[in-house]
Amino acid sequence: MPRISPFTLLKFACVLAVAVFVAVLPQIFDSRLDPGSAEFRVGQFTLVGIWFVALLGLNVLTGFNGQISLGHGAFVGLGAYVTALLSLGRPGLELYMLDPPSWLPIGDGMRPVFTIPIAALVTGIIGFLFGFPALRLGGVSLALATLAVAVSFPILMKRFDEVTGGGGGVNLNLPTTPFGWDISTRHWLYYEAWITAGIVLVLAWLLVRGRVGRAFRAIRDGEIAAVSSGVNSALYKTLAFGVSSAFAGAAGALLAIEVAYVNPDTFPVGLSILLLASAVIGGLGSLAGAAFGALLYVFLPIYSQNPPIVSWDFSNQAPAVVFGAVLIAIMLLLPGGVAGGFRRLTGLVRLGLARRRADRSELA
Amino acid sequence: MAAFLQQVVSGLAQGAIFASLALALVLIYRATDILNFAQGEMATFSTYVAWSLMNHGLSFWPAFALTLLIAFVGGAAVERVLIRPVEHRPEIVIVIVTIGLLIALNGLTGWIWGPEVKAFDSPFPLRTVEVGGVTISLQDVGVLAVCLVTVALLWAFFRFTTLGLVMRAVANSQEASRLLGVRVGMMLALGWGLAAVLGAVAGMMAAPALTLDPNLMLIVLIYAFAAAVLGGIDSPVGAVVGGLALGVMINLLGTYVDFIGGELRLPAALTVLLIVLLVRPQGLFGHRVVRRV
Repeated sequence: MPRISPFTLLKFACVLAVAVFVAVLPQIFDSRLDPGSAEFRVGQFTLVGIWFVALLGLNVLTGFNGQISLGHGAFVGLGAYVTALLSLGRPGLELYMLDPPSWLPIGDGMRPVFTIPIAALVTGIIGFLFGFPALRLGGVSLALATLAVAVSFPILMKRFDEVTGGGGGVNLNLPTTPFGWDISTRHWLYYEAWITAGIVLVLAWLLVRGRVGRAFRAIRDGEIAAVSSGVNSALYKTLAFGVSSAFAGAAGALLAIEVAYVNPDTFPVGLSILLLASAVIGGLGSLAGAAFGALLYVFLPIYSQNPPIVSWDFSNQAPAVVFGAVLIAIMLLLPGGVAGGFRRLTGLVRLGLARRRADRSELA
Repeated sequence: MAAFLQQVVSGLAQGAIFASLALALVLIYRATDILNFAQGEMATFSTYVAWSLMNHGLSFWPAFALTLLIAFVGGAAVERVLIRPVEHRPEIVIVIVTIGLLIALNGLTGWIWGPEVKAFDSPFPLRTVEVGGVTISLQDVGVLAVCLVTVALLWAFFRFTTLGLVMRAVANSQEASRLLGVRVGMMLALGWGLAAVLGAVAGMMAAPALTLDPNLMLIVLIYAFAAAVLGGIDSPVGAVVGGLALGVMINLLGTYVDFIGGELRLPAALTVLLIVLLVRPQGLFGHRVVRRV
């Protein structure tokens, strides 16, 4: 049996502790806050879970495989539209005077939670296909091509309004707790998001820890060297695109269910840019980094406009300025992001322990 | 036929704006191998500075000149302060720094001047003239002329002055230039300054037609990227030709292909770009890059 280092055990203990914390968080809010603000907080942390899923996807692509994507928001949007269409179904869409072409396999409406894997699959396949032209575009051209996708997405959604409802968007059926479970809808949405996040996290971890992850990182750190060592670069790069898009699609599905509304302007180019910024600040190449990024994505805009403690009220443009400034500062000072900072800290502790052990063995 | 030519002329005027910004991108790319994602936001910021100057009583051309000066200093400062520290880090780090600058500048513009749309006066008469049955707006002619004169001046600077020669040498090989006693850092800052000037010209020419708002140059930036890649990302001639061609192309596609119409111009242009990249990854005028391990 391989020896498990105490740090690996500690890491798993931390993950377990966080999971328990996430599971009981709604109860903590309910017991300590009045019902209105408890509901509001649970809603905020539902969003954290949703963006965690999206950022895990972006991290697989950009952090582990080194392909910059400025178009992740478009794939989130695609997932959201898939869920909107499938959960409403043709009868529901008719109420909006929408008439999708008959070849689109839209059923008669289905339970929203079942649309999540379908949205992930559809978005994943489209992302995988997009990966093929992307293969020929290294680095900067790829950033540009994905930016083009992000810019085109809302335009295309507005143009094909017989399917998407155009600029007005479509309302989904209001969410309800399924299967006759006895919890509030707000709590159900929270657990739906975080259970999905848990599944996606495990999938991402299984993916990046083994052979595939090694190939991803080898391509990121030196593509020519990786190819010379027999890594099939085309396969793994398109695979990274597919997986990252599938996660984005799942996040989009969750978002559509949570806000019960999709429209093209929910997914502007700015969303894609901010997602990349959050992934970088949280920490590229680290699954924990995606969690920090998601917290940041939800809370930084709120606290930079109305900072806590002091009672200033900044312009609603302040979040962008803070986001940009933090992004630049992180790149200049702490390239590993928040997660990288933690890793550096534990690294120092480990080094200290190893030194002490070495000293002791010398004495003995 | 007259309608066709009219579309071509207004396409050229639009294309000249893309070409200016594309040239700014190429200028920086040749010198430092990075695409500056903040180029458009720097241009928007400069255009707002021009708007403020005009609001304080300056007429168009003095404000124009003063803005170019401010843009030059600003561009050089960005290179010194933000880009220099990450110069030798992986490409992805530098790209992300420019994206950070994009986000921050976009927010800052909205913070200082507010998100509402502002009218930006045109220096050119709003009349049209008729040449052989073709109606041409003087606004289009003016924009085209200013952009082309700027490009020509820049070309002359690189071709005929010693400083231009030195800057080309730096773009060619930083190490060799440094060994010959060139202050490479200074030249890079100068390059960023010149690129910012080009962007400011593009912004001030685009603002009257598009009206001024904080996202003025975002779409223009995408077209400029497309133009630069179309022409070959390391080719200044390619950037100009690519910009003009793209301007004409989107106008003609928008007018004559019903499916595309007014709305799908951008996706159509990007599709063409993608096809060009797949067939000829180095662009129309670019050089094939040979990589060594």
